[in-house]
Amino acid sequence: MIYFDNVSKRYPGGHYGLRDVTLHIAPGEMVFLTGHSGAGKSTLLRLTGLLERATRGQIRVNGRTLSRVGARQIPYHRREVGMIFQDHRLLHDRTVFDNVALPLVVSGLGHRDIGRRVRAALDKVGLLNREKAYPITLSGGEQQRVGIARAVVSRPPLVLADEPTGNLDPELSADIMHLFEAFNEVGVTLLIASHDLALISTLRHRVITLDHGQRVADSADAA
Amino acid sequence: MPPDLRGTVSVWLTRQAQVAIEALGRLTRTPASSLMTVAVIGIALSLPTSLYVLLDNLQRLSGSWDGAATLSLYLRQEIDDGAAERLARKLRLDPAIADVRVIGKQAAIEEFKRFSGFGQALDALDYNPLPAVLVIQPTQEESEPDAAETLAGRLRALPEADQVQLDLQWVKRFHAITRIARRGVLLIGGILGLAVLLTIGNTIRLEIQNRRQEIEIAKLVGATDAFIRRPFLYTGLWYGLFGGLLAWLLVGGALFLLSGPVERLAGLYESDFSLSWLGPGTTLTLLLIGTLLGLAGAWLSVSRHLNDISPV
Repeated sequence: MIYFDNVSKRYPGGHYGLRDVTLHIAPGEMVFLTGHSGAGKSTLLRLTGLLERATRGQIRVNGRTLSRVGARQIPYHRREVGMIFQDHRLLHDRTVFDNVALPLVVSGLGHRDIGRRVRAALDKVGLLNREKAYPITLSGGEQQRVGIARAVVSRPPLVLADEPTGNLDPELSADIMHLFEAFNEVGVTLLIASHDLALISTLRHRVITLDHGQRVADSADAA
Repeated sequence: MPPDLRGTVSVWLTRQAQVAIEALGRLTRTPASSLMTVAVIGIALSLPTSLYVLLDNLQRLSGSWDGAATLSLYLRQEIDDGAAERLARKLRLDPAIADVRVIGKQAAIEEFKRFSGFGQALDALDYNPLPAVLVIQPTQEESEPDAAETLAGRLRALPEADQVQLDLQWVKRFHAITRIARRGVLLIGGILGLAVLLTIGNTIRLEIQNRRQEIEIAKLVGATDAFIRRPFLYTGLWYGLFGGLLAWLLVGGALFLLSGPVERLAGLYESDFSLSWLGPGTTLTLLLIGTLLGLAGAWLSVSRHLNDISPV
């Protein structure tokens, strides 16, 4: 699903986000990405979602070579990659329903299909009864679940999450992780950046560790 | 049309209507600032429009003068009234001439006495010094300054002719002035059109800044540039259309206020001239220009500022 082949990302000013990273994540895997702040977790996710472009090396995502994706094709790539952020990135002047519907609206889906799919997604994250609420009236955990519903509503094969539990207490964090596992069980590939090592260790999934932009450990190698 | 395509088209159309109405709704949510923008656009559009209407009216007025353009053919002193009448009959057959009126020697002197106040001085003369005059009205096509000039030349060549007076010089000058004025209106229209473009562009730029977060998130979930551009284009379109409507109202109001005095003035000149209103053609053009300027301004602004927002 994701191939990185000697990928480097150098920011203007000389700082490296990633340095010669090679990795492969198979379809249907659920992988944690850990490391200190600034280790390159976010950079790796941003490159995968084409929010940024690599300076060197090849990236292939879902059969697509990203260096060959032109500016006009970027939106179509992003539609196949659900993204979840630590700060949720919800629109506060729109209802929960409208927030979750956004990816379907941008891809031009019909009104009836949107309603059906949004309710299905909200049902999965347990917020079906809050569809008319505004995000600001929800708790942090609920807001994150709205963000998750938005990421999965268009049923992308790949979901990226950047510190999805960063602001949540341990119990809510565990809930969110179990939600991810439920998606993984139906075949969604997940790549989750998190520095919550305690939580990650209780879940039996592959863990890739980054440090200073380099891959320093991978539980798949040990096995 | 296959049902699949029909579905796509209907979704697309629904979406367009939705975005258009949303953009309109957004304008009404900030009525004060929206009205200000519309007012600026309306005033900017109303100036060239009113100049255009003014010019249009002047041209109609000069058109009626052209029709009244006449040539005075002064006959030689020795031609008497009978010969003048015969010449008039001959000239009436000329295809370039619509009508000929004869002012005989006797009639001329009576008219002169009546208007000049030199009646007694003329009585002292023992002969009539005034020639017979043929007042010639050219046909409509021959009233154009150049054609009238040609006709005057032909009349001048007549053996009976002493002098031909063609008082068209000022009509020519007037035509030249209106030509300059027309170009001036185009120039002013162009400059103010540019002002409208920039006003709308700037308004849209602020709108983009206000909705930056929304644009970012839409990009993150895979919105195309066309999708993101659309609401701003509709906003520009509405601004332009409403600005055009306001300009129409302003010019209409001005014409309404002016029409009374103008008709009174025309009445004093024994003319039934009255101001022409903004016809359906002009109205449509005005609204279309407003709308296009709105769209173009929004397009320029969105193209310039959309790529500043990351992710690209």
